[in-house]
Amino acid sequence: MSLKDDLYKEVIIDHYENPRNYGKLEDAHICEKGANPLCGDELELYLKLDQEKIQDISFEGKGCSISQASASMMTELVKGHTKEEAKQIMQKFKSAILEDKEQNFSEEEMELESLLGVKKYPVRVKCAVLAWNTLEQALKRG
Amino acid sequence: MFDPYRIRTDFPILQTKMNGRPLVFLDSAASSQKPFQVMDAIYRYYREEHANIHRGIYALSQKATEMYEQTRIQLAEFFHAKCAKVMIFTRGTTESINLVAQSWGRANIQRGDIIVLSESEHHSNLVPWQMLAEEKGAVIKYIPVGKDFKYDLSTLDEIINYRVKLVAISQMSNVTGTIYEVKPIIQKAHSVGALVLLDGAQGACHIPTNLQELDVDFYAFSAHKMLGPTGFGVLYGKEDILEKMPPWMGGGDMIREVSFEKTTYADLPARLEAGTPPIAEGIAFKEALDYLQNIGLAEIHKHEQNLVAYTIERMQELGGITIYGTDDLEARGGVVSFNVNGVHAHDVGSILDEQGIAIRVGHHCCQPFMKKLGIAGTCRASFYLYNTKEDVDALIEGLKKVKEVFARVVKR
Repeated sequence: MSLKDDLYKEVIIDHYENPRNYGKLEDAHICEKGANPLCGDELELYLKLDQEKIQDISFEGKGCSISQASASMMTELVKGHTKEEAKQIMQKFKSAILEDKEQNFSEEEMELESLLGVKKYPVRVKCAVLAWNTLEQALKRG
Repeated sequence: MFDPYRIRTDFPILQTKMNGRPLVFLDSAASSQKPFQVMDAIYRYYREEHANIHRGIYALSQKATEMYEQTRIQLAEFFHAKCAKVMIFTRGTTESINLVAQSWGRANIQRGDIIVLSESEHHSNLVPWQMLAEEKGAVIKYIPVGKDFKYDLSTLDEIINYRVKLVAISQMSNVTGTIYEVKPIIQKAHSVGALVLLDGAQGACHIPTNLQELDVDFYAFSAHKMLGPTGFGVLYGKEDILEKMPPWMGGGDMIREVSFEKTTYADLPARLEAGTPPIAEGIAFKEALDYLQNIGLAEIHKHEQNLVAYTIERMQELGGITIYGTDDLEARGGVVSFNVNGVHAHDVGSILDEQGIAIRVGHHCCQPFMKKLGIAGTCRASFYLYNTKEDVDALIEGLKKVKEVFARVVKR
């Protein structure tokens, strides 16, 4: 198994190269900052809410491919979903990556599996969960 | 004849593997590996020589005390200090600097005084001064680092004026490997009556240093970056300055006489060294100094410069790599800081790790300096006496792999 298969899957590089939902949302209701100070990953999330629904979401940030690809995938997945649904996806992902619990990802969520390779690299796990922790903070406020 | 291949046989860890690949260790600026002579000294001490020092009346304790103090004498020789008692033992560079800040600093720094640092200081030579400045209402000013990665001395006369009480700067940068020209700064500081602390965390292990000739007032360094054990370091100070410094930690060893009412303190160096120290580490540190002295720091430095030149040449050949450091190879120690264009340092580090190559990635405990350079972090390969051209070749092969994995995003 080479690292390319393990950690840097094509889909991660793709999200890193072409991040989805990247940029500032001018009329965002919530703006939440997240960071991994030790490695310098930075993230800013913008959310537009329509009552319980995440109507729109975007992010800006800089950091390693894992942190940026994870943020890109996260925004794609929760956009258009309710806050409750977003929380469920978040819990599923975090439990898979932090507790090593087997999860049944839906077809839509399949890309998340590409990030699970970081489990073998403990110092990189925090890169993968940064976007999700930031989302958690944002939803607590909204 | 300097022979890194012979030297490698003294370092058992260099024969091991990491992630199934032969270890290529390029992170000595963070901590050097240890020769078996140092490890054996620790083992021998605990097996045959251990007793607490400075107290026992019995032979075992006296012998341990003698061996421990022998390190102090060796250090004074190694760094050309006037005498052994001005080498104060600490846990490392960080504690040495904190000792000066807490003891000398709290007694001497007042509201409105200026402390001068440089922009490239690592957090150990930055945070203790910020803490002190905040407590005392003092001001911190910075000597800028120029585009050539050297100290920019053009504004020195404005920065170091009569309000400056202390100048605390590095001998060598842990980020760029620049060996700084410190003499003009030391002279300028002394001309206004300020003291100078030179941070030798990186310098002590690479640059032959004559403390009396340099005329610094304090010098701080760690054993673990110069083949010695972790948890052990030194603060050198000029005798008359150390004599006037109040104790900073109270306890055993640092006293002359204690009554319920009052304590009188011991003489140097004990006065600034409370409690039972890491004795085995102190004794083993002498083996590290002997090892370095037998080979010679000047020889080691020359070897590192050759490796740096070779690395830069091979990186330029590879292309797509930005190197952060002075072009003046004479003013460089064994450090090459770089980025693979378009790829984050942590991604580079992970791919190299998988191939058994250990480098440091990130901000190198120099967040303000990274901000000045306008980057989040760098990859840093650092060399010591046991590194070879083959290590550099392995690094270059590793970087080819990085460019392959990130082919879509790599920029020329």
